Amino acid sequence: MAMVNVTIDGVKVQVEPGTTVLEAARQAHIHIPTLCHLKDINAIGACRMCVVDVGARALAAACVMPVFDGMVVKTNTPAVREARKAVLELILSNHERKCLSCMRSTTCELQALANDLGVNESKFDGKNIEYPLDTFSPSVVRDPNKCILCRRCVAVCHDVQGVGAIGPIHRGFKTIIAPAFGKKLSETDCINCGQCISVCPVGALRERNDTDKVWDAINDPDKIVVVQPAPAVRVALGEEFGMPVGTRVTGKMTQALRRLGFDKVFDTDFGADITIVEEATELLGRIKNGGALPMFTSCSPGWIKYVEHNFPEMIPNLSTCKSPMQMEGAVIKSYYAEKAGIDPRKIVVVAVMPCVAKKFEAERPEMEIDGMRSVDISITTRELARMIRDARIDFAKLPDEECFDELVAQSTGAAPIFGATGGVMEAALRTAADVLENRSLESVEYHEVRGLEGIREATYTLGGKELKVAIANSTGAAKRLIRRIQSGEANYAFVEVMACPGGCVNGGGQPIVSAETRMDVDPRAARAAGLYAEDEAKTLRKSHENPDVKKLYEEYLGEPNGHLAHRLLHTHYVDRSVK
Amino acid sequence: MSFEKEKYAALQREIDKLKNEPGALMPVMQKAQEIFGYLPEDVQRYIAKALDIPASDVYGVATFYAQFNLEPKGKYIISVCMGTACYVKGSQQVLDKLEEVLGVPAGHTTPDGLFTLNATRCLGACGLAPVIMINEDVYGRLTPDQVPDIISMYH
Repeated sequence: MAMVNVTIDGVKVQVEPGTTVLEAARQAHIHIPTLCHLKDINAIGACRMCVVDVGARALAAACVMPVFDGMVVKTNTPAVREARKAVLELILSNHERKCLSCMRSTTCELQALANDLGVNESKFDGKNIEYPLDTFSPSVVRDPNKCILCRRCVAVCHDVQGVGAIGPIHRGFKTIIAPAFGKKLSETDCINCGQCISVCPVGALRERNDTDKVWDAINDPDKIVVVQPAPAVRVALGEEFGMPVGTRVTGKMTQALRRLGFDKVFDTDFGADITIVEEATELLGRIKNGGALPMFTSCSPGWIKYVEHNFPEMIPNLSTCKSPMQMEGAVIKSYYAEKAGIDPRKIVVVAVMPCVAKKFEAERPEMEIDGMRSVDISITTRELARMIRDARIDFAKLPDEECFDELVAQSTGAAPIFGATGGVMEAALRTAADVLENRSLESVEYHEVRGLEGIREATYTLGGKELKVAIANSTGAAKRLIRRIQSGEANYAFVEVMACPGGCVNGGGQPIVSAETRMDVDPRAARAAGLYAEDEAKTLRKSHENPDVKKLYEEYLGEPNGHLAHRLLHTHYVDRSVK
Repeated sequence: MSFEKEKYAALQREIDKLKNEPGALMPVMQKAQEIFGYLPEDVQRYIAKALDIPASDVYGVATFYAQFNLEPKGKYIISVCMGTACYVKGSQQVLDKLEEVLGVPAGHTTPDGLFTLNATRCLGACGLAPVIMINEDVYGRLTPDQVPDIISMYH
């Protein structure tokens, strides 16, 4: 197709037809300011921050204005600058400007724009409506006083996740982004994925802050506080300390956890290896015994809640395996406690997760064993970063040496890839293939299941049998896949679903990546690359070959899917659909 | 109960007619309001499920447009004209007094289901400003102190 010639602030660029002025301007190295725009998620031209002069009578919104041949764009005229300032001043006039105490200070896109554009006082001090905070969800806090109505959260919740727990309510000055019928978020079918938090440009949506609970536990001399970081945390935590998106900081992370005062540094990756042993066994059992197929993975708590609300008839298809976080917690409070001779009631298990739904999962009554929670506190990557800053640890200068503790922390390459979409599938295939072929296969990489497409499928012949698998990432993609399965259009033995697009690397608890950075970097791909590098760096890459996992089964659990394994490592689900 | 069932059946027939048209939500909601008189939460949830959209979409539209009622309408609809002439002649004070006497803000229905209080645009009786209508009855050249007596006539 013929390229289109555009002149932007005197710079000539050639772009493909259909390109927006916003995208074309980046080729001329001009970063037009935006607020409501978010690449691939929201382009509605609503906030008018990105207005430019395209030679027409009125200024145009660059984020939705397609280029045409011979177009002359001016992005920095007095009229454009004045219009943008007016927009910012109006947004600021009813924004709660308590930046000092805001969780998003320094990562706030509104704050950054106010600084960049020199809007440092509010011209309009008009009427304001004060809204109560919605703090009833264990995962997400809603603060309408900070909301600028950009609708990025609405777009991700409706269009990407297929949930629609929040939307614009009322009209004009009274508009707020809220659940229907004046409900609290915890009373809706919100799945706690926290994608709304990840895309919020300001502090209107944020995680429940549980760092004080962790400090209290660490400072309690009667408690033994152990920590387990999830795979995806180690390829994102560095971003909070100025490192490029996707930097691997496994060593520094373990060093920081030790310095924070955790008594033991264990690893959710060990739990991931156990998960594979249990889940692969369960899958092969279902295939052999005619159990419910396809079997769906169950690591993602957002996905689980999505099924419970929307497809309760598919609950029998969910693997009964707990998530790696819960398995790790359960093993710490049973096997580890016994080996170390510690009363499990004295142990506080802290999980560091890329996820805000894990806060909900940790509190699920189904996860309790003998009236005891397996995971006591679940914090996000962002909360861990805040604790590290609070403790004044110079993270970037910490040594790159892993310092995990013994017994329940060693992992194979199959574990870190859990954090990327397709990773659980690949890890399970590595183990299932060895079992079905009845030998140790040399090839361990299954590239067909990797990638970022919403739905991916592959067929493998293992032990003379065909195994059809599929992967869905985002609950929106999962919904489309389930409909195809229910209509009989598609048919699989095993399906991996992660609630978040891209999997855990892009979870709702991960460091915020600004709209500006997302124009150039896809955090899903950059962080996943870090996890696959972690996998390649390991000598052992199949979960069932993990020596500490073998020891756990030999000395404590017995058979995978056996009686004790079921008691500790498996769970059940709840029908949450509205009848 | 069966009366309620019939209403839902009637709504479903309307949904079946409209559901494959683009932009079906608004006409479906209008039909639902005709059938039920207003849009209770259960009806909005029913529409959401039938059209396979989130309830927040239905509620968002229901709260955006003044034509949709989220509460049942009272036996008597009180319309207080807020047009320019009435406003200049003190209709805001009349509305304030009505809110005080009825104990509900504009846009709402009294708990006994008798009155729905609405602030409306010009009723076309500017010569009588300020004007209110109670169903088909028109009251003009009002002062706030006349409000209690007028309301008591409908009790």
